[in-house]
Amino acid sequence: MTGLISLPAARVRAAAFALLAALTLSGCGYNNFQSLDEQVKAAWSEVLNQYQRRADLIPNIVATVKGEASFEQDTLTKVIEARSRATSIQATPELVNNPEAFDKFQKAQGELTGALSRLMVVAEQYPQLKANAAFQDLRVQLEGTENRITVARNRYIKTVADYNVLARSFPSNLTAMVFGYKVKPSFTVQNEAQISVPPTVSFDKPASK
Amino acid sequence: MRHFGSHPRSHFAAALLLVTGLFAGLCAGVCHAQDVLPVPALTARVIDQTATLTPAQVQALSAKLEALETQRGSQLVVLIVPTSQPEDIATYGQRVADTWKVGRRDVGDGIVIVVAKNDRRINIEVAKTLEGAVPDVIAGRIINEQIKPAFKANDYAGGLNAAVDQLSRRIAGENLAAPTAKGGSATRGSPGFDLQDMAIFLFVGVPILGAVLTGIFGRKLGSVLTGGAVGGIGWFLTASLLVAGGAGVVALFLVGVMGMGGSGLGILGRGGPVIWGGGGGGFGGGRGGGSGGGGFGSGGGGNFGGGGASGGW
Repeated sequence: MTGLISLPAARVRAAAFALLAALTLSGCGYNNFQSLDEQVKAAWSEVLNQYQRRADLIPNIVATVKGEASFEQDTLTKVIEARSRATSIQATPELVNNPEAFDKFQKAQGELTGALSRLMVVAEQYPQLKANAAFQDLRVQLEGTENRITVARNRYIKTVADYNVLARSFPSNLTAMVFGYKVKPSFTVQNEAQISVPPTVSFDKPASK
Repeated sequence: MRHFGSHPRSHFAAALLLVTGLFAGLCAGVCHAQDVLPVPALTARVIDQTATLTPAQVQALSAKLEALETQRGSQLVVLIVPTSQPEDIATYGQRVADTWKVGRRDVGDGIVIVVAKNDRRINIEVAKTLEGAVPDVIAGRIINEQIKPAFKANDYAGGLNAAVDQLSRRIAGENLAAPTAKGGSATRGSPGFDLQDMAIFLFVGVPILGAVLTGIFGRKLGSVLTGGAVGGIGWFLTASLLVAGGAGVVALFLVGVMGMGGSGLGILGRGGPVIWGGGGGGFGGGRGGGSGGGGFGSGGGGNFGGGGASGGW
């Protein structure tokens, strides 16, 4: 044993082969798929987490708004309905592998976003609510939660983009084909924008009082 | 694409271009690549782009923030911009905080206060670590009770000082990890390079490198090369010539005189501990010398998930 040069040739060949195999495997992105798949899962869990936080906040908001006797009932009902629709969908981490269920979930949450933002706009019209410290705290919490949802969704979108690029580009798409990794669904914005933009609520009734 | 002819290398270039294009397209779809306000470089604890605060006020506020960091370790940064348009203040604040990532690397305790003066909007971004100490409601109250009245009276410095005082109090009540003795953010800002890595490098890397190089180039040239390589790596890692030289000499000694690596495992095992101890010590000294220096830099640990509050005045 005097240095590396005199090592048996067979051992050197075996080492080289192992190195080559490792390089090939990482070359087709198998390990990247594992890593990104976990990252997508984690990002998605964070999204669910923040949506849950919002769902938990809504009963308090509804209860406070209900205290305002003359409050626009239609707006309130819509929030309650949208919440029950959104929470009726079983939000599991596996949702990311099922584009249809993902779409349904996203749509329900989008409707809830729209209904809630409308409720908060309408609530602005009620001086008593505006002066209610508890309601103002709830408003801040809701804003923070919506911000957190936005951040969580953005991070999910970015992670999924990384994953999908890997799943689609050559040569890692071959790995994806062999192991059955499908492109994962991401958030789209259109339907939500359409829901939340026009707050078509008439303020005539409370204003005339 | 005509000029990508039939040459095989051109095919590769075309494929590369295609993949790059896919990336760019996806990114454009995701990041809304419109002309949003750029995030300024993090050069100080207080960055005032509107010249609203006098230099003395900036200095006083910076000193206060620095004191907070020395005492509690948390990093707090104030940014005043004329406007955050076309984004709203919360989106811009989130983007700024997400870019700067203020807060200790291993703790992640950072807060960014963004003021858009002409929009009359303010935003407090709280990193996840501090969301317990400064919940959204508290951040909202600080805005409503401390900042709003002062800003309405054009007392920007007063409002910011009061807000920082309140935030410091909340942070003080939180049981965070104590700041490191050195206190300077420059030390923490440098990427984690601890003694363990050095030790592993010296214990494992040098004998292997020595074995390979002496095997190829012979004992004398091999040990000289090993010494040079270790010195070079040491210089690269610690940015200190003294340490690098020391490490190089140690490696030269290890490989050349003690015959470590070059003569196989038996000698390595026998002579190991004594030599290893010396090597580790050399690097330990270098670490102390390499740190220090002034200036403000982000700890890089703040994870901003959208916590905090915003408001207007």
